[in-house]
Amino acid sequence: MSAVRCVNLCKTYRQGDQDIKALDHVSIEIDEGDFVCLSAPSGGGKTTLLNAIGGLDIPDSGEVYVAGGRIDNLSKGELADLRLKQIGFVFQAYNLIPVLTARENVEFVMQVQGVPSAERRDKSNAILKEVGLEGLETRRPGEMSGGQQQRVAVARAIASRPALVLADEPTANLDSKTADELMELFTQLNKHHNTTFVIATHDQRVMTYAGRLIRMLDGRIVDDIDQRAA
Amino acid sequence: MNLVFRLAWRNLWRHPRRTWLTTGAMVFSNILLVFMMSLQFGMYSLMIDNSLQIFTGHMQVQAPGYKDDQKMRQIVPDIVPLANEIRDELKSERVAARGWAFALASSEDRSFGIGVYGVEPEFEARVSNIPGLVSSGRYLTENNAAEIVIGTVLARNLRVEIGDELTLLGSGVDGSFAAAVVDIVGIFESGVTDIDRNIAEIPLGIFQDTFFMEGAGHQIVVVVDALDVVPEVQASVRSVLPVSSNLVVPDWDEMMPGLKQAIQADIGSSFFMYFILVVLVSFSVLNTQLMSVLERTREFGIVMALGLRPGKLGRLVLLETAMMGLIGTVLGAAAGAILTSWFTTNGLAFPGMDEMAAQFNLPARMFPQINLLTLLAGPAIVFMFTMLAAIYPAVRLRWQNPVDAMRVA
Ligand SMILES: Nc1ncnc2c1ncn2[C@@H]1O[C@H](COP(=O)(O)OP(=O)(O)OP(=O)(O)O)[C@@H](O)[C@H]1O
Ligand SMILES: [Mg+2]
Repeated sequence: MSAVRCVNLCKTYRQGDQDIKALDHVSIEIDEGDFVCLSAPSGGGKTTLLNAIGGLDIPDSGEVYVAGGRIDNLSKGELADLRLKQIGFVFQAYNLIPVLTARENVEFVMQVQGVPSAERRDKSNAILKEVGLEGLETRRPGEMSGGQQQRVAVARAIASRPALVLADEPTANLDSKTADELMELFTQLNKHHNTTFVIATHDQRVMTYAGRLIRMLDGRIVDDIDQRAA
Repeated sequence: MNLVFRLAWRNLWRHPRRTWLTTGAMVFSNILLVFMMSLQFGMYSLMIDNSLQIFTGHMQVQAPGYKDDQKMRQIVPDIVPLANEIRDELKSERVAARGWAFALASSEDRSFGIGVYGVEPEFEARVSNIPGLVSSGRYLTENNAAEIVIGTVLARNLRVEIGDELTLLGSGVDGSFAAAVVDIVGIFESGVTDIDRNIAEIPLGIFQDTFFMEGAGHQIVVVVDALDVVPEVQASVRSVLPVSSNLVVPDWDEMMPGLKQAIQADIGSSFFMYFILVVLVSFSVLNTQLMSVLERTREFGIVMALGLRPGKLGRLVLLETAMMGLIGTVLGAAAGAILTSWFTTNGLAFPGMDEMAAQFNLPARMFPQINLLTLLAGPAIVFMFTMLAAIYPAVRLRWQNPVDAMRVA
């Protein structure tokens, strides 16, 4: 069964009197356990595609399937449940909750899921340690650097062990060493838990970790390379 | 702690000043409501007490139709034994029998038509404040003494003093000519000119002799401790009345219908004012909550993107408002109670009250009356409207698209 399947996705934004095709008949199929990099120049449609897959945004036309179920016709509440239970999101702009500490941000999804507090705490402490934020658990986002916030966002996305992780530029603010560590972590999760990763990035180094590299331009897929086979 | 609860609490204190300002508006209006309502109810019960304590009492035993016509022949037979029975039944001394007649009162110089009460000297002071208002001389003491007390204005009009004689002329219960000569032993001053000019009291024994009552009278006045026991006491009084008699027991409201109407009209107009106050406060809450929801659009986008259902988010906003409302309610009610209790013991006087006080025969100092209703009604309604005001911002979230929301800077 494929983890994600998109059929003929189109999304057009209107800016002034100009129509911008953010997604132009995009069809892809991503298998369970795939580690996919999505690369495109800025404005190429990466975020728009990730949002469509995550049910955050409804495409104008086309179909989206996640874990075999069609999602582009679900209600807001059903989409929220889908994201809560199956998808880990790393947003391009971190998007942490400012009134909560790093640990509380990481715990958030689990808490909404109803995970008991002791378990939550252990898991979030462990994850924060893995992303190199040990000792910063009780800081609020406003008291952390951009790179640190980004790592909290990553920790939040993977803490509840979702089957599918959608990460939008997860290394944008990280130095190369930290970025490598993060990609190692993703690779581990991918290997040991068969987590499917779809990572949007400009970063060449990130792309080297991917088993599959999809290139986009102006909302269209222009290249789809299986790097493992090559 | 519950997640939504914790989020709500922290969100509330993100802008402490704004939260306190809104809460302050609630506290202020709650204090005002508690105080004003307590004052109002204090005034009403004072108005009632004072009006009733002159003559009317809380209820009376009368012949049917007497309260409308006050005819001499609408009598209560064997009134003194009946009054005794009622006193026994109620185990209360605050029961007194009376007769009532018109008479021409003549001094050496002048004559005036007045109303004459025949009263039981022993018990009258327990149902009426007139005996306590005797400003010179003394009140009646013996049931068969040919004595009279009159008001100050009447004394002046008749040009009489204590020790002078008055002649009373009228007609008896059977229509025959009635006359008595009585000594003035006391002069009272109620402050109400009508009463001080037109009313006199003589012992019931003399009254019955003079007007050929043959043991009858016209009313048995009963006074109770609180308005809310009136119906109960009314029933006990009825149970004592002879089965054969057709006597009735009207309560104060039946005897003085204007009083309750005046109070109801006053409640109506003041509640309109309260309503406006509450609506103003609700708008301030609406403003605050709308602002706080709008400025968190991005954040709400995040939590929705993470998988929080929009409905739960709406509940978050309601919870924040409820917390704020609860603070406002508790602080407001508490402060209102403290302020009001101070005035409950110390009283309150304000300019312009003399006039009203005189009109309703009230003392010049007001004592608010705090009870569960005056304490909780205002704050509860403010709280309710506060929650109503939060519904719009909360429901609005349902139409929010997480991506658009996250784009907001
Ligand atoms: N809400 C919107 N309104 C109008 N145009 C939009 C909106 N969102 C995206 N676009 C446009 O759609 C196109 C694709 O945007 P998208 O955000 O998917 O690009 P991206 O590949 O993620 O770029 P970046 O690398 O800069 O994040 C862009 O031309 C962008 O201007
Ligand atoms: Mg993007």
